Amino acid sequence: MTDAEIRALILELIGEIAPEADLASARDQDDLREAFDLDSMDFANFVVALHDRLGVNIPEVHYNRLFTLERAIDYLRDAVAQ
Amino acid sequence: MRAPDDSARYATIHKDRGSFMVPPNLADYEAARATFTWEAARKGLSGLPRGRGLNIAHEAVDRHACSARANRVALRWLGKNGEHRDYSYRELALATNRFANALRSLGVNSGDNIFVLLGRVPELYVAILGALKMKCVASPLFSAFGPEPVVTRMDIGDARVLVTTEALYRRKVEGVRDRLPGLEHVILIDAAEAEGAHSWHGLTQAASDVFEIAPTDPQEPALLHFTSGTTGRPKGVIHVHEAVVTHYATGLYALDLHDDDRFWCTADPGWVTGTSYGVIAPLTHGVTNIVVEAEFDAPTWYGLLAQERVTVWYTAPTAIRMMMKLGVDVVKNYDLAALRFAASVGEPLNAEAVVWGVEAFGLPFHDNWWQTETGGIMIANFASMDIKPGSMGRPLPGVEAAIVKRGVDHEFEIIKASGEEGELALRSGWPSMMRGYLHEEARYQKCFVDGWYLTGDLARCDADGYYWFVGRADDVIKSSGHLIGPFEVESALMEHPAVSEAAVIGKPDPIAGEIVKAFVALKLGFVADEAMRKALLGHARKRLGAAVAPKDIEFRSNLPKTRSGKIMRRLLKARELGLPEGDLSTLESDER
Repeated sequence: MTDAEIRALILELIGEIAPEADLASARDQDDLREAFDLDSMDFANFVVALHDRLGVNIPEVHYNRLFTLERAIDYLRDAVAQ
Repeated sequence: MRAPDDSARYATIHKDRGSFMVPPNLADYEAARATFTWEAARKGLSGLPRGRGLNIAHEAVDRHACSARANRVALRWLGKNGEHRDYSYRELALATNRFANALRSLGVNSGDNIFVLLGRVPELYVAILGALKMKCVASPLFSAFGPEPVVTRMDIGDARVLVTTEALYRRKVEGVRDRLPGLEHVILIDAAEAEGAHSWHGLTQAASDVFEIAPTDPQEPALLHFTSGTTGRPKGVIHVHEAVVTHYATGLYALDLHDDDRFWCTADPGWVTGTSYGVIAPLTHGVTNIVVEAEFDAPTWYGLLAQERVTVWYTAPTAIRMMMKLGVDVVKNYDLAALRFAASVGEPLNAEAVVWGVEAFGLPFHDNWWQTETGGIMIANFASMDIKPGSMGRPLPGVEAAIVKRGVDHEFEIIKASGEEGELALRSGWPSMMRGYLHEEARYQKCFVDGWYLTGDLARCDADGYYWFVGRADDVIKSSGHLIGPFEVESALMEHPAVSEAAVIGKPDPIAGEIVKAFVALKLGFVADEAMRKALLGHARKRLGAAVAPKDIEFRSNLPKTRSGKIMRRLLKARELGLPEGDLSTLESDER
């Protein structure tokens, strides 16, 4: 998967959880939880959706590696490659 | 709904009197109950100099600033990008003096309502305490609220001043400011002076750091917190300066605060826990209060507990259950030797989580119970007392609790038999008891019968005097420890042009306790499809914010209603949970 594909997938899944989100405004360093008003329940659902779509296991202890777009792309690129 | 009875499954956790790291303040529960009086508890506070009354800010800040504690860290703020800022008691006194003078320079009077809409940044704490010095009424709002909950609360609360950030103002207030004609001053903590808004920096820099608190009657209003009922708008709960006696006494007994503690309450001051225990109680004890700006993340929290050598930790069931998902092993990577006492509040803590505390931290979580209306902890598991996992514990010294049954017409009866379920009631008269619901005298009066405050929580009391939560007597939803009124959510959904009916229930959830679930019927001509579901979800989130908006929306052609047209939430909930449907005699039009 390319970084652009991962980025698009992340935003698509956030759009499912927070349909009101202005996804075009997403900046790579922003905390996704703040930028798109995701509470901890929303964020857990987001991770579950990533798991379903990518088939990768994301342990809870790694959640904080998904808090920004930039870090999430890094993390998921490696996870998918493994 | 009846909570699972864990009393038989989990053994009592016995406290070994010889093993305490420091002797608990409440050494003997029965003895303390027998001798405690609120008058005596007040002697732990100073009162304003020269007998001029009692003011929360003086007890929390000024009295330490002119004592040996002056240079001790009062507030240690840990920002979300790893930065930190310390305020000694003296520095906090000066900063709050400046803000009180800044309010005065704006022509703000004592009794005016000051709303604060901020994340957990130092200005939040300075604003609340500074407002209290001016004898204004401080009302902190949860910054994750959407525009609708914000404007509703500021409208009910006659907001005259709002302290916030530029971004929060733009996102949540600007578009609805025309609905707040009484809002005279907006103070932005991160912006320069501009048309329609003041700069925090400009105002406080120009203000003197000398301020004398005016004589304060302990019965003067100090804090306004909002809570939700089943019907109607949110309720503005009024607390007075005298509440500080409860904050202090419960900090002493229920949180076991000692002079050299480093205390961390994880709650946001937008909820009553975050104000009573995230601001006031620890400061009245002169301890170091740790403030963490970042949202929950288990490894980050463990790191902070270790790095800050937190000794007393007050957190919430949802966070504990999320930590449990990571397992015990992760905790073992951190040096948490300083941690001495852990407590939890927000919703009943399941027995498994209480016991998990022992495995993970070597300490059980001490659950306690209270409400926005009670202003402080009323029933608790104490450091020195054996814990029955799953129980909320026993009433604080000075607090009389009972299980009662309401009859018709303001009659009620105290249930003496142990183990029987009924409504939890408290004999009125403790210092932090609410003094009113703002502008809603009738609703306030309805909470009291014969000198007892009826809590709306169902519970039972066992033969040893331990209280056990059973459920709510009404339809209010408890999600991640936050009370959510179904009416507020339904109203937002009803504003959508496609919606003809909406009913909102709390759906049990293993982590959050309950999540908000909405049932919606559409008007003729609208199609109940995935696009509509997302449109409604987005609509609700935009108005209410993630903390209040539904997590789940389901369509129905018709919602079950009584003859008078009232939607039967209880029936929807019973069906959702697969429980017996109960009495259907009033059902006129059933769900389709």
